[in-house]
Parts: sequence; C-alpha cells; structure tokens
Amino acid sequence: MYTSLSNRRSFIKKMATLSAMTAAATMFPGILFAEEQEKNIPDNGDIDWKKGPCRFCGVGCGILVGVQDGKAVAVKGDPKSSVNKGLLCVKGYHQIMCTQAADRLEYALVKKNGTYVKTPINEALDIVANKMKSTIEKHGKDSVAMYTSGQSTIPEGYVASKFMKGAIGTNNLDCNARLCMASAVAGFLTTFGADEPMGCYEDIEHADYFITWGNNMAEMHPVLFSRMLEQKHSRGAKIIDFATRTSRSSMGSTKSILFEPQTDLAVANAICYEIINNGWMNKKFVEEHINFSKGLTKMGYGLEDNYKFKDKPSKISFEDYKTFLNDYTPKKVAKYSKVSVKDIKFLASIYGDPNIKVMSLWCMGVNQHTRGTWMNNLIYNMHLLTGKISQPGNSPFSLTGQPSACGTAREVGTFTHKLPKGVVMNEKHRKLAAKIWKVPYERIPSKPTYHATEMFRAVDRGDIKFIWTQVTNPLVSLPKTSRYRPGMEKDSCFVVVSDVFPTPTSDVADVILPASWHIEKSGLYGNSERRTQHWDQMVEGPGDTTPDAWMTIEVAKRMGYGDLFPYSKENHVEEIYNEYRQFHEGAKHGMAPLDVLKEKSGVIWPYVNGKSTQWRFNAQYDPACDNGKDFHFYGKPDGKAIIWQRPFEPAPEKPDNEYPFWLNTGRVVEHWHTGSMTRRIPVLHKAMPNAYVEFHPDDAKALGVSNGQNVKVISRRGECTLPASINERGLPTKGQVFVPFFDENMLINDVTIDAFCPISKEPDYKKCAVRIEKA
Amino acid sequence: MPIKSYLAHPHEGQKEELINALKAFEDCDIIPAKNQDLVIVVTDTPTQQEDDLIKEKIEAIDSLRLLAMVSGFNTPQND
Repeated sequence: MYTSLSNRRSFIKKMATLSAMTAAATMFPGILFAEEQEKNIPDNGDIDWKKGPCRFCGVGCGILVGVQDGKAVAVKGDPKSSVNKGLLCVKGYHQIMCTQAADRLEYALVKKNGTYVKTPINEALDIVANKMKSTIEKHGKDSVAMYTSGQSTIPEGYVASKFMKGAIGTNNLDCNARLCMASAVAGFLTTFGADEPMGCYEDIEHADYFITWGNNMAEMHPVLFSRMLEQKHSRGAKIIDFATRTSRSSMGSTKSILFEPQTDLAVANAICYEIINNGWMNKKFVEEHINFSKGLTKMGYGLEDNYKFKDKPSKISFEDYKTFLNDYTPKKVAKYSKVSVKDIKFLASIYGDPNIKVMSLWCMGVNQHTRGTWMNNLIYNMHLLTGKISQPGNSPFSLTGQPSACGTAREVGTFTHKLPKGVVMNEKHRKLAAKIWKVPYERIPSKPTYHATEMFRAVDRGDIKFIWTQVTNPLVSLPKTSRYRPGMEKDSCFVVVSDVFPTPTSDVADVILPASWHIEKSGLYGNSERRTQHWDQMVEGPGDTTPDAWMTIEVAKRMGYGDLFPYSKENHVEEIYNEYRQFHEGAKHGMAPLDVLKEKSGVIWPYVNGKSTQWRFNAQYDPACDNGKDFHFYGKPDGKAIIWQRPFEPAPEKPDNEYPFWLNTGRVVEHWHTGSMTRRIPVLHKAMPNAYVEFHPDDAKALGVSNGQNVKVISRRGECTLPASINERGLPTKGQVFVPFFDENMLINDVTIDAFCPISKEPDYKKCAVRIEKA
Repeated sequence: MPIKSYLAHPHEGQKEELINALKAFEDCDIIPAKNQDLVIVVTDTPTQQEDDLIKEKIEAIDSLRLLAMVSGFNTPQND
C-alpha cells in the first residue's frame, strides 16, 4: 500500500478515503475499518508477515508488518493479539509510512563552527563519549544527564539505567514518562505499594459501566474505546464521560458530565461521601483489607527552581475520614464544580450499587494535574470503599500514553528515583541492582536527583553540562518551553540528540545521532495491561542508523565500562532481556521467557508457572496472594491497601481579569504526541495539517473571532498564534480554550505552566490562565 | 478524472446486502466499518459523466438508506 505513494492519483484516493474515515469517526466515535488494512497490499504471495506491537500509544495493539524484498510494504492488525483482535486505528495502519520521509536522519551530524557536518557514526560516538568523560572529569558525575522515553524499548531503557546509575554512578536519568505517567505511578505506590493496574483489558467485556475521568479515549485509545462501544451496543453497557470538554468520546458515551477544571478532586470526595452516607460501603472488605491515611496538604506547585517536597503520611481512623468528607457533600461540591447534585449522586450510585460492575478509566486528565497523585488515590478510594477491585469488570484502570511507559519507564525504571526493581533510596534494592550489574553497590547513589522539569531547569541554570536525549522531543513536549529552549541553546551544556527525524530538539544539538526506527531493530515494549511484547528486526534501517541501546553500549565501552556491557551487536536484545528478567523473578512480577514472547502476541506479567496473572491481589487469580484471605494487597507490608484522605485544592493559576480563560492542551487522533512521526505520514498530515485553538461559540462571538481566524493565545510565560476552531473537533466549556500540542510550528507549550504535582513531579498541561488577542 | 468518497448508510440489518451490491461496481472501492452500520465508498471514474452515472447507480441500491458525499477531487488523466 505504500509503494503507491509515488503515484499522485493513488495518494488522492487515499486522501478521499481518509477524509471519509475522519468524517465517520466524528459521527461514530471509536468506529474502525479493519478491511482498510488489506487494501492495496500486493497479492503476489511472497509477503512475509512479521509480528510486533504498534509503535504508538500505550494500548499496545498487535500489528503484522508485511515485508517484501527487504522493505515494509503493509501493516495490518494482528488477529492473534487479544488487545486489538485484528483492529487498528488510523495511526496504526499508516505507521510505517514515516520511514519514507525525505528528511530522515540517516547519518550522524556534528555541529562544527555553527554548521552540521555529516560524520561517520563511530566518529560521532567517539565525540559523545569523550565529551561525556571530560565533562565528568571536570565537573563531576552529576554534571551529565540522560533523558529518555516511554517509547524507548525495554533493552534501551535498561542499558541507559545501567550506564548512568551502575557505571557512571549518577541518578541523573529521567524520562518523558514523567510528563505523562508519574502521577499514576505515585498513585499506585501510595495506595497499593505496587505499580501498574491490577486488572486487564478483559475487564471491558465484564463491566456494566465505564466511567472515564478526563479522558478522550475515542481519540487517544481508539481501539479500546471501540471495545467499550461494542459492549455498549451488544449488551447495553454504559459509558459515562466525566470531563472538562466535550470531545468525540462524549459523543460516543451514554452520558456526558462536565466539570470545572481542578474540581475533580472535590467530586471524587463527594462520591465517597455518598457511598459512606448511603450505607453502600463494603464493610467486610474495608475492615479486612484497608487502612486509612492522610498526608501533608498545601504542598505548593513546584514553580520555583530546586523545589523539594516529601510527604509525611500518618494513619487516621475511618471516623476521621468520614468527618473529613463532611466538607464534600454533593450540595457543597456542586457549587464550585458546576456538576449538579443529581449527577454527583448518579455517579455515586454507580460505584455504590453492589450489582453493578464498574471500570474507571483515566489517563492525562488525571495524571497531568498539580494534584495528580491525589486524584489517582481518590479514584482508588471509590473502588476500595465498595470492594470493586481486582475482579473481572470491577477495575480502576490507569491507561498509559506511550507504548512502553509501563514496560520501560516504570518496570525497567528510567526515572531518577528508580531501579529495575525498586528505588535507589532502598539499600536492599541498590544491593540487588549492584549484584546483577556486577558493580560495587556504593556506586549507585541513594538519593534521586533531577525529575524532568528540574533537569531542564538545571540545564538552563548551567548545573548540567552534558545531556543526551533519546526517543523524545522535549523542546515541544515540556511545559514552558519558552524557558527551556533558550536554556538548551546555551553554550554551557553540550547537547546530544538521538532521533529518527529532525525536531526542534535536534535543532539545538551539538551532536545528532541517527536512530533506528521501531521495526529496524529488535525490541520489547510493555503496555497498559502489563503485557510484554517482543518483536524481531524486520527491515534494515538506512545509512548509519543504529539502535539506541547499541549506541549507549558503544559510548559506555568508549568510556571504559566495556566489562559491564558484554553484549553482542547481533544478539544484544536477547542478552539484555535475559539479564533484566532476573530483577523480577518470583510470583509478584515474574516475566515470561523470551522464547514464549517470541511465539505469542504478548504476555501479561506476573507470569507464573507458564500462566499470566490477569487480576492481581485476588487470591482466586493471583498465585502471589498468600495471606489466606480472598484479597491480598501484598505491595504493602501488612497486605492492606490505603484509602487516602486528599482534599480539594485550587490550581496554581486560574483565570482572572487579565488572563480570563483556562487553557487545556492535549492530543488528536491523527497525530502521535509532538508529531515528529505522524506529521511525516502524508495522509495523517493532510487530515490534520496544523494545530488550532478551540473556543466555545459564545466566547468566540464575544471576542469577535470567526472560524479559521488567527488569534494569539497569551499567558504570563509566552504566546502562540493559531487559527480559531469553533464547533469543529471538540467543544470546550465557556471560559476555556483547548489547543493540541502536536504542531512544532505552533508551540503551545511556550504558553503552558511548569507547575507539577509535588509528589509525582508530573506537570499540569491541562490548566493555566491565558488571554486571547486577534493576531 | 473525479475521485469521490462517500459514507453509505444501510437500512437496518442490510449492511451485507449493501456491501454485496457495491462490490458489483468496477469503479468503486468499499471499506465497511468493522463495528458500525456504515460503509465508506470511494469512486474513481475517467469522466464526470461516468462519475454521475455511478452515483446514480449507487443511489438506486435498495439496501442503501443514505449516501453522503465527504470529499471530491478531480485529477488530470495522466497522473
């Protein structure tokens, strides 16, 4: 289907098809066209179909890539994958087209006298290694940093962690999953002591209600949304969309409930109030399996450099918690949340009815929140109060944004505080890492250093003198890029960018390393439902392109750490995975052997005695439960999960006379994050060529703004000019504007605020104050 | 050389009949939705006259409830 692109007529047909699919998706959110995958695939029978996971979101759809004469010619959904059952979204089945982009980075580029010079890869890696080594010698090991990705493969994340923490001995490693999943991680750890969802996608086939919290699944997780829609149509399951903006998901839902930004905290507490005061609490479950705790409040928002926060949890009684909830009666909360008492009671009744199975689903609306950890805790509170957890169909389900935010960032641990098992602060965990890595345990520092936002602040301040980014585009995706772009341009920091395409981040690099794309290397990803998926290299990459893992290994060798990285170029993925698996041995997180992963379309961990554990913490399904009870939250020392007392607190910045609108940012179905891949896929780029700013029609009218007219979105940090969009893709509430962030020519993150959740350190991209001016 | 795309909505329970009827047309590609009662139709005809004709034929299909055009392009013949 892709060789035909050279033919303009064929391309126009493709455009006509995509236009129709886009129109259909507007009318029927979650609609899928499986047969589109088969169209125009050469049918001469010599295509070799190779399995792997999709390159894009955290759903982790299985794909089959058709390879003919050494070239990828087609993509279709893998019918053997239980995730997508042969279906794919519009991004999924056009994914390989980006590799044909004319501006593909095929060779290393080294900046010499202000000009990029094509350089042999070995010479470029010499330069990187020498610079990193000399920087450490001159300024110390904490003057160098790596910033990686939830799109890095498991082996890529693993060697980055081993290199920085085990070889060099610095915790200056963080990743872009900090920007999307850190609050989910902190939520899991504070409530359960164990990261990642207890349930799995099969919950969708069992649930009676799906409540989506600030989550536009029809565009961000379209295949999962289609599975929910199928349940809605086939057996009457209900979808309740709880959000701050009317989106395609709202249109596909049974009911849409809108709330004032930030007040989800209050509504969640009001639901808990109703559950308790209506006698809907599952007393037996709570008595046997739950502790109650509270933490510090009024924590601030991390707006100042070097901000520090450490929570001080303390146990409380159920009666304390019940008293706390008196501030969150539906009547009180309705006043500032703009959610009616009736709707709050309706939501509570869904969680409260013992005969209803309910899934809560959330992603960036909850996580990218200055109280993101609290919001995750509060969703778990509703499920824990009612005992609706760890059973088919009763499932609080934190969705993931990136394809391996779970597998790499969270499980391998490419955050500053993480190790492949556990955290750097824990001596036992450091000793285990040191043993497997064969390094002195004293080399692994016990204190975390920079989380993502603070890492780029440190670059701006001149504290970090060398930074290497892999598989990520921070100068489009960070909040407040208006500060961090000039910071990265400073001569005080040597910047190495490893990527597949040029980006605004590679524009400021001193060395650009040409990375292999997805199917040009072997790898493993881990998706939202704890499913690890392996793929073998399918095609050769062009020029000097090299897998990121191998570039890290080569630099490590050049810096004198070769004995720690004894892997072979041909087989390093397998060798690294087998080493990594040692960290997770046991019933709580055992991972499938590679030969099993090679055979199957992904395997869910814990993988125990040849079987996946679909529902953790439930003794009926989880062999790690050993407390003799029906449930065992074994992540916590006493086996009990925690219901957290978390109050409503306002956003750090809200609309005022000078900046009267909320700004909400997000994504669109056609583009993957910062658009560096999907904007190079012609049909996707044509379908959504540029960003825009959505208005409520009343606001547009009051401002005298018409559809398509250019306006400036201005905050205290910066401005961005975009065309207005009125009554098109989405509909913000009055007093709010929405802008997607995929467009590097319209950098809305120059406008956003770099406030973050003090516990998770995840920024809030969903709320800041802006004003609008005609351009 | 017109290329047009349409959303074809079948009468209730007649999606398969509609697909089969559309398959009979040579200048017409069809992409049925997997999970909704909807079929995307893309027509590719040599002349405007033939484009009008195929539209007429599609609209005459009994199982078709509604045909809504989404996009239309006209390209030079030798492209």
